[in-house]
Amino acid sequence: MDEIKPKLLSKSKQTAEDRRGKILCYACLSLIVVLIVSILYFIMDKGAATFTQNHLSITEFFTGTKWDPGHHLIGALPMITTSFLVTILAALLATPFAIGVAIFMTEYAPKKGTKALRAVIELLVGIPSVVYGYIGLMVVVPFVRKIIGGTGFGILAGTLVLFVMILPTVISLTADSLKSIPVSYRQAALALGATKWQSIYKIVLRAALPGILTAIIFGMTRAFGEALAVQMVIGNAVLMPHGLGTPTATLTSQLTSQMGNTVLGTVSNNALWSLALILLLMSLAFNLLIRFITRKGAIKR
Amino acid sequence: MTTETYIRQIDTEAALSTKDLAVYYGEKQAFSRGTISFPRNQISALIGPSGCGKSTFLRSLNRMNDDIARVEGQIMYRNLDINNDKINIYELRKHIGMVFQHPNPFYKSIRENITYALKYNGIRDKQVLEQKVEESLKAVALWDEVKDSLDKNAKALSGGQQQRLCIARSIAMQPDILLLDEPTSGLDPISTRKVEATLQELKQNYTIIIVTHNMQQASRSSDYTAFFNMGRIIEFDKTPNIFTTPKIKLTEDYVSGNFG
Amino acid sequence: MNPKTSDKIARKVIYGVVVLLILLLVFLIGYILVTGLPDMSWHFLTSVSESFEAGGGIRDQIFNSVYILILTTLISLPIALGVGIYLAEYAKDNWFTNFLRTIIELLSSLPSIVVGLFGYLLFVIKFQIGFSIISGAITLTFFNLPLLTRSIEDAFRSVPRDQREAGVSLGISKWKTITGIVLPCALPEILTGIILSAGRIFGEAAALIYTAGQSNSVINYADWNPFSPTSPLNIFRPAETLAVHIWKVNTESILPDAHQVSSGSAAVLIIVILIFNFGARWLGNTVYRKLTATEKGK
Repeated sequence: MDEIKPKLLSKSKQTAEDRRGKILCYACLSLIVVLIVSILYFIMDKGAATFTQNHLSITEFFTGTKWDPGHHLIGALPMITTSFLVTILAALLATPFAIGVAIFMTEYAPKKGTKALRAVIELLVGIPSVVYGYIGLMVVVPFVRKIIGGTGFGILAGTLVLFVMILPTVISLTADSLKSIPVSYRQAALALGATKWQSIYKIVLRAALPGILTAIIFGMTRAFGEALAVQMVIGNAVLMPHGLGTPTATLTSQLTSQMGNTVLGTVSNNALWSLALILLLMSLAFNLLIRFITRKGAIKR
Repeated sequence: MTTETYIRQIDTEAALSTKDLAVYYGEKQAFSRGTISFPRNQISALIGPSGCGKSTFLRSLNRMNDDIARVEGQIMYRNLDINNDKINIYELRKHIGMVFQHPNPFYKSIRENITYALKYNGIRDKQVLEQKVEESLKAVALWDEVKDSLDKNAKALSGGQQQRLCIARSIAMQPDILLLDEPTSGLDPISTRKVEATLQELKQNYTIIIVTHNMQQASRSSDYTAFFNMGRIIEFDKTPNIFTTPKIKLTEDYVSGNFG
Repeated sequence: MNPKTSDKIARKVIYGVVVLLILLLVFLIGYILVTGLPDMSWHFLTSVSESFEAGGGIRDQIFNSVYILILTTLISLPIALGVGIYLAEYAKDNWFTNFLRTIIELLSSLPSIVVGLFGYLLFVIKFQIGFSIISGAITLTFFNLPLLTRSIEDAFRSVPRDQREAGVSLGISKWKTITGIVLPCALPEILTGIILSAGRIFGEAAALIYTAGQSNSVINYADWNPFSPTSPLNIFRPAETLAVHIWKVNTESILPDAHQVSSGSAAVLIIVILIFNFGARWLGNTVYRKLTATEKGK
């Protein structure tokens, strides 16, 4: 009978398997950790070189408007401005639109309608950014040219393309946050004699505010980092934007079009890496902002 | 707080016994001072109100609580304290099997439900496997119902059939002790009867410890009964004694339906 | 304003916005297909692209896109499985898990151009591999990992908890329970996740222009030795994908038929992505039906 005693006390195939499995998982985890650490390190290291090795001024980088790194002019303000402008404008356009569709999905639509809209949104998410850029080039740019003149390339074209691109993300996240508001909130409002719209506007939207904000910031993260579609319609001239229809450049468009034309280690090249560093820092900032809002929203509940 | 308790010392051989068992979820103590011996080849029932710690106690016996709770004290099985980091829990669970509250057959065929763990343990011979399938299904009186559809997905069986399949799956491993955690709580009365009948059959070869919220079930199908309350074992005795002449007032209140 | 009136107006506005959204999708896909399908001839699909003259095709670009897609999936899948399994099955609610989730979220929010530039710096420059299929595939892995990990984790979480208890209570190791019992249940959902991520990989260009490159070497489709420089399978050759081709043709090329080439390529791209999308949906539905049918038998 007691021959099982040693078996109970010794390791077996099972314990070995468990160990192996855990090791495999941890190996994969460490890969991801190493990956993100090296991305942060490499981009920061390269991006800082302009200031640490070439000793160019950070102030000039953020406030100067002349960009000609070959001659040590590294005013990145035009690109920073344009990046923020197109991002904010696209978010402003997308927000009411997205809230409208999200309200329809959660409050008005029958179940089938919601499902169909989800499919529409998934398809929109799936369209690659080069295709958005291509349509921007073929349709949006001529359209802008027609209504406000000029070349058609510029902030307005960029905004319109980004608006369409971030729309599905903002819609589906907004819909998620509306859906998370308990039905009892709505019923309470309706029971007090409020119209459907009043219950949505005064109760649901307010309760869902942190979620909606998060959705918008997610959209902005995507807009700020989008490269090719914007690059195809923005005009690619590093100039302060003077209007909605003049060619200009974003951080991403400048990176996309110039990285291949500079030699590694030169000031021109380092300056581009500094632009990439801003992109990286901004996506960190957006991330922190989302965390902050989620936490605040969670406390309020 | 001192609570009056009465734990009967069994006069036959013990299959499993605990000494000062205590279970903590985080800082919260869910069960304490569990000292009890379960007789071999008998059915012991654990009863008590919800949240009294009976399931927590049961799950500690084959170390199913390892990931979610901290268990202190001794669990003696074959002169070995099995509540110990050195114990190979998988080897242990081959000897102490468990059946859960909700039937949880694998999303596999009926046959595979039985053979999966056997194959995993190195039984390759097709004939042996087939024989095991038949034996264990017969032991739970499920053979006649499913013998023609062994390749059907187990999830297509009725709840009662699924639960009996789960018992069959456990006994195919030929454990020493079978732990059952409210195995009939989700079943209709007919299925419940079938499972109970199965347990009576199994008693000859296995030691059975069963948690139940159903007092009739405890009184009609168990040999020993332990009454749990507020994370303590209040009384443990032969089943007739518990239900007719309990020694502790609390037990009497409970079995006569005055609380819980 | 009267609440009744505003209620009516709001309803109308909301319905109007939804109609606009659907029209937008119809327009986008319709535009691509209507302008692109006429340019999508057999000749176009099967001939080599031209740099200066009209009449070029996209044969190599299609091959490259598919090849990079397969490589990326092969590289990302095991890693994503490891991380996904850890998060779904092992992770406890502690600082480490929190840290991991933060990292993965961060990785998914990085602009793809930044990930691409990192790949460029690491593979093309530091490791001196040059613009190549393998540089591109690994870089796309970085970009693909967060999403795939997420869908694998969700797939594992959707398998009922009791399956794990059943496994370990029979003396089966936790790892074997996960891989032998839980994984088969999660597989359909994982497949759906893989197909959806495949769509994203297929359409991605920003992360590839500085890693896989913007040009093709001469490829000989009769040569299947992966070590030969002209073999299509050679992972060290530069490879322009379909998505990169569209971008390139529209921004830097002087092709006289740039418009036809890009409309045709865009149509191919959209069709492939539609197939992926509907494929994932079909798979999801079939499995859902199968599972619910089983439930019915209960």
